[in-house]
Amino acid sequence: MAGPALQMLTANRLRDGDVVYWRAGGWVEAFGEADIFSAEAEAEAALAAAREFVAGNVVVNPYLFEVRAEADGVRPVKEREIVRAAGPTVRSDLGKQATGFSPPPARLRPAGFDAATSPQGGGGDDDVSI
Amino acid sequence: MYRYDEFDAVFVRERVEQFRYQVARRLSGELNEDQFKPLRLMNGLYLQLHAYMLRIAVPYGTLSARQLRMLAHIARKYDKGYGHFTTRQNLQFNWPKLKDVPDILAELATVEMHAIQTSGNCIRNVTADHFAGAAADEIEDPRPTAEIVRQWSSLHPEFTFLPRKFKIAVSGSAHDRAALKFHDVAVQIVKNKAGETGYRVLVGGGMGRTPYLGYVVGDFVAKPDLLAFLESVLRVYNEQGRRDNLYKSRIKILAHTLGEAEMRRLVAREFSEIKAAGTLTVPDEELKRIAAYFAPPAFEKLDDVLPESADKDFADWAKTNLHRHRAPGYAIATISLKPIGGVPGDASHQQLDALADLMDEFGQAEIRVSHEQNLVLPHVRKKDLPAIFARLKKLGLATPNAGLVTDIIACPGLDYCDLANARSIPVAQAIAKRFSDLSRQHEIGELKIKISGCINACGHHHAGHIGILGVDKKGVEFYQLQLGGSAAEDASIGEIMGPGFGAHEIVDAVERVIETYLKLRVGGERFLDTYRRVGMEPFRNMTYREQLHAAH
Repeated sequence: MAGPALQMLTANRLRDGDVVYWRAGGWVEAFGEADIFSAEAEAEAALAAAREFVAGNVVVNPYLFEVRAEADGVRPVKEREIVRAAGPTVRSDLGKQATGFSPPPARLRPAGFDAATSPQGGGGDDDVSI
Repeated sequence: MYRYDEFDAVFVRERVEQFRYQVARRLSGELNEDQFKPLRLMNGLYLQLHAYMLRIAVPYGTLSARQLRMLAHIARKYDKGYGHFTTRQNLQFNWPKLKDVPDILAELATVEMHAIQTSGNCIRNVTADHFAGAAADEIEDPRPTAEIVRQWSSLHPEFTFLPRKFKIAVSGSAHDRAALKFHDVAVQIVKNKAGETGYRVLVGGGMGRTPYLGYVVGDFVAKPDLLAFLESVLRVYNEQGRRDNLYKSRIKILAHTLGEAEMRRLVAREFSEIKAAGTLTVPDEELKRIAAYFAPPAFEKLDDVLPESADKDFADWAKTNLHRHRAPGYAIATISLKPIGGVPGDASHQQLDALADLMDEFGQAEIRVSHEQNLVLPHVRKKDLPAIFARLKKLGLATPNAGLVTDIIACPGLDYCDLANARSIPVAQAIAKRFSDLSRQHEIGELKIKISGCINACGHHHAGHIGILGVDKKGVEFYQLQLGGSAAEDASIGEIMGPGFGAHEIVDAVERVIETYLKLRVGGERFLDTYRRVGMEPFRNMTYREQLHAAH
């Protein structure tokens, strides 16, 4: 694969839990409006800056995730982030896909369960239910 | 219905105000997330993929119409218009805002509800047979026992910081509808040879990454000794359960490491100490007082006939969704929350409100939540059934599939859950659509499909006649099949079939498994019977052979 990995930065907003994305030193709700980092140093700097917002009780659990460029925009590599960016795949009326503003690229709205190769990841086997 | 006494009411109100203060301190920054997380978990509040999730306790799965209306109200006012019934008889809201949760809990408290013991390393909300008090085969309603366990376990100082969560189920029937052998501790009401009622206590069952069936640790515990006995089990666990390794910290690991004989010896030692101290006896009058709250309605003397209905669909529904009631002229009616193509366990606020109205109109004091993610009207006059069915049909709640292939348990999976590795709900939907033809469902007969989106097994895949486990294989959703599990009195853990199937293959694979059963079954065998008779091999051969053919 050519080129450096692309990354974005996300967190959940403390007050309401909503998924937010990093843009220009602050947070936006829409995946499509967020900053995309092509350099690791840039991504790490944003994450460090985001931690200030944890200390300031604005967001919780900020982290970087991988995206890749596609014809209609960038798309998260992992299914987990696709679902977070759009909403439940089984309820298109819920989540960010239902808000009508800055919709994510078309492929962020899985039409059915036919996609044979939906990339996905999640935290892996080490997650334990609490 | 159990009614709070003054202690319960004060306890729940105080807890709401404590949490209100804790949320305020969190929002103001006085508490950081590490400090706050255990506090919110003690009040059932998780942070999931899209938002917070509030898990509300439905003790022993029993709800009144008033409580249903409150859940509908909360869904409308604070959430997104629906709730999700879980495999532990709880209800989850998927979109509450942290700032609103104290108000939600305050509103819940007005109808004697809360979210206590729905998370954290404590004794969790106690579950019970959803046909409690109604089933024809029942020795005794398990809910008074469940309530005693609840009272003992809430705020128990010794058991608030256990090595891990601890789940207790209670049943009063020989036929197990409460998945007893898959619980940390199970209490089964039994009769001894002298005809006395007491408890058989099992320990060490569980699902998750290391599934085990529980074994009997107490053959016949006298009623006044229940709490002393349970406390003995908990003490052994609290003292010896592993705290060094999260994956080995449930009591199932301890129980199966120690073995049955050693576990019995340790429990007996604790038990004799507690008995010698003379504490923790359940007074008979208190048991009677609590039991009175669960007294069934006064059953009328009715003709024991199922009425005719002009609606031809009624007979189909009656065939699968009615169960035998202890009183002649009555039936237990299962309200399926598994419409074909729907989300298993979800109910809209309109449906919750309308069900409350239906309950009032037909004299139903309570409704039950089953661990199979359905609702149950426990005491229905048979003569009312056609009218009730007609109402359910209008509400989209009359799917005639209880116990059939489309009555699928599924965890929220990657559509909602932070832990999930794969989606569960779309798999359930696709299977239900594939088998939507009702005559085909009847031809297949009893078949329990259970789907989990990760190894934590909230979708009970180990106990499915056909179990499906979603896994992450190099960034792609894959699904493993397990066959031969059962959560009933003939409990067993499903056996893994082999390599997993892609999302586009899993429904075909399930269909091939079912077709194999239909070819091999003898007489009136259920899927499970055939599997147990012929074993995995024919299923494996057919399923993978077909797959090879399809690939070439």
